[in-house]
Amino acid sequence: MQETHRKILSAAAVLVVLAAVASLVFLSSPKGPSITVASTTSTENSGLFGYLLPIFMTETGINVRVVAVGTGQAIRMAMKGDADVLLVHHRASEEKFVNEGYGVERTALMHNDFVIVGPASDPAGIKGTEDPADALRRIRSSRATFVSRGDDSGTHKRELGLWKALGSLPRNDDADWYRESGAGQGATLNIASEVDGYCLSDRATWVKFANKRNLEILVQGDPQLLNPYSLILVSKQKHPHVRTAEGQQFIDWLTSEHGQELIAAYRVDGQQLFFPDALEAAKE
Amino acid sequence: MDEFSNASRTALHLLAEMHPDLIEIVLLSLRVSLSAVVLAALLALPLGAFVALKPFPGRRGIVILMNALMSLPPVVVGLVIYLLLSRTGPFGVTGLLFTPAAMIIAQCVLVFPIIAALTRQTVFDLHEEYDEYLRSLGAGTWQKITTLLWDGRARLLTGILAGFGRAIAEVGAVIIVGGNIVHSTRVMTTTIALETSKGDLGMALGLGIILVLIAVVVNTAVVTIGGSASRRTL
Repeated sequence: MQETHRKILSAAAVLVVLAAVASLVFLSSPKGPSITVASTTSTENSGLFGYLLPIFMTETGINVRVVAVGTGQAIRMAMKGDADVLLVHHRASEEKFVNEGYGVERTALMHNDFVIVGPASDPAGIKGTEDPADALRRIRSSRATFVSRGDDSGTHKRELGLWKALGSLPRNDDADWYRESGAGQGATLNIASEVDGYCLSDRATWVKFANKRNLEILVQGDPQLLNPYSLILVSKQKHPHVRTAEGQQFIDWLTSEHGQELIAAYRVDGQQLFFPDALEAAKE
Repeated sequence: MDEFSNASRTALHLLAEMHPDLIEIVLLSLRVSLSAVVLAALLALPLGAFVALKPFPGRRGIVILMNALMSLPPVVVGLVIYLLLSRTGPFGVTGLLFTPAAMIIAQCVLVFPIIAALTRQTVFDLHEEYDEYLRSLGAGTWQKITTLLWDGRARLLTGILAGFGRAIAEVGAVIIVGGNIVHSTRVMTTTIALETSKGDLGMALGLGIILVLIAVVVNTAVVTIGGSASRRTL
């Protein structure tokens, strides 16, 4: 009796093991062609990919896998060959990436804009300021809490650019009011809403963000706050395994009249989040 | 408090309607963590038993190492596996980065020391008890290993379930090696991190509730099995 019991149990154990191994194999084999896109968090968090990718999948049969990280990390990921296409928003880093031979070329895709959000009580009195640099100067001089991404993302790079234009970056002795979250846009907005702090955000993430509480947009509309996104195909020269054909097809689709119309039609709460740029850029 | 009750309401609503996205995420979590635990157990049970039974130079060091590795930080494991599986890394050609297989490997590494250390301790204790009996039967090392593993099965299962608890609850490793790709590598813990960052606390809390439920079920199993095992030996 003991012996048959044992046999049954070992048979069961073997079955479990086989199932596990089979699921491992099954899980790792992708169905149909697929590409990996390293992208900024805003395009994913705003729901744009959730809206576009199923349409692309139906029309082309290509499965797009998006890894949403900050621009800096996305670029490093692509440099290591772990992505086929880049979708990011920091022009200087993008040009460097292409010039160093990692990317084929930079294609303008769309833009939206950055906004400075802060508590409705506005302790630094920046509401109505048109120049974002002026707003930051007031935040600094009143030592009101400012929450920075601090994660080398496109938005973080832009924020640092604005401080630099003021003469100097926040230093260590500014730590009482200048806080680095080291996290994505949403997580940073969560902190800002918790501590009633100011924060630079892309508009798409802000509109879709569900935990605004006291926060509201205080500064917007200045050309310095324009936020253009571009696409770059990772170079086959650097990484021979890159899926160039499918990657190029994805870029062509997004920048086509059809793709650009879809981007323009995407709305959250009735608000357009991204404005197509590709057709204009192609004319130039 | 108001926010908490709002989030709870959304969470219960999502659970009640069995939202397909939610189900997909829960199933992927279970598949990844179960596969990781089964693989880890396959390697750790014989190895732990071998270390317990066979004296060899440096065994003390191995035992200390196994115990220390039980508290490996998941983010460190994630980072190391990421560097190994990256296209420019030594195992880049496998193309496993950002797939569930990569997540299974990472969790396997996390769970392996727990099962191995517990197996070693269990088999070591049982061996003290049954050494003479086994020797009188003229059992070889392999036969000793299988006999003692079978004898300690209840305690070993407790260790395996503890490993499963660690695997399914960790976020640091899977978010790095999996990339949190929707419909592909998005599991419960990475979704909670993402939804929290989007300020969408209802979905995050809903998944949190499922995770806690799984933890309760697993721990009930641990207590039940552990309890019946200790009664038998008494």
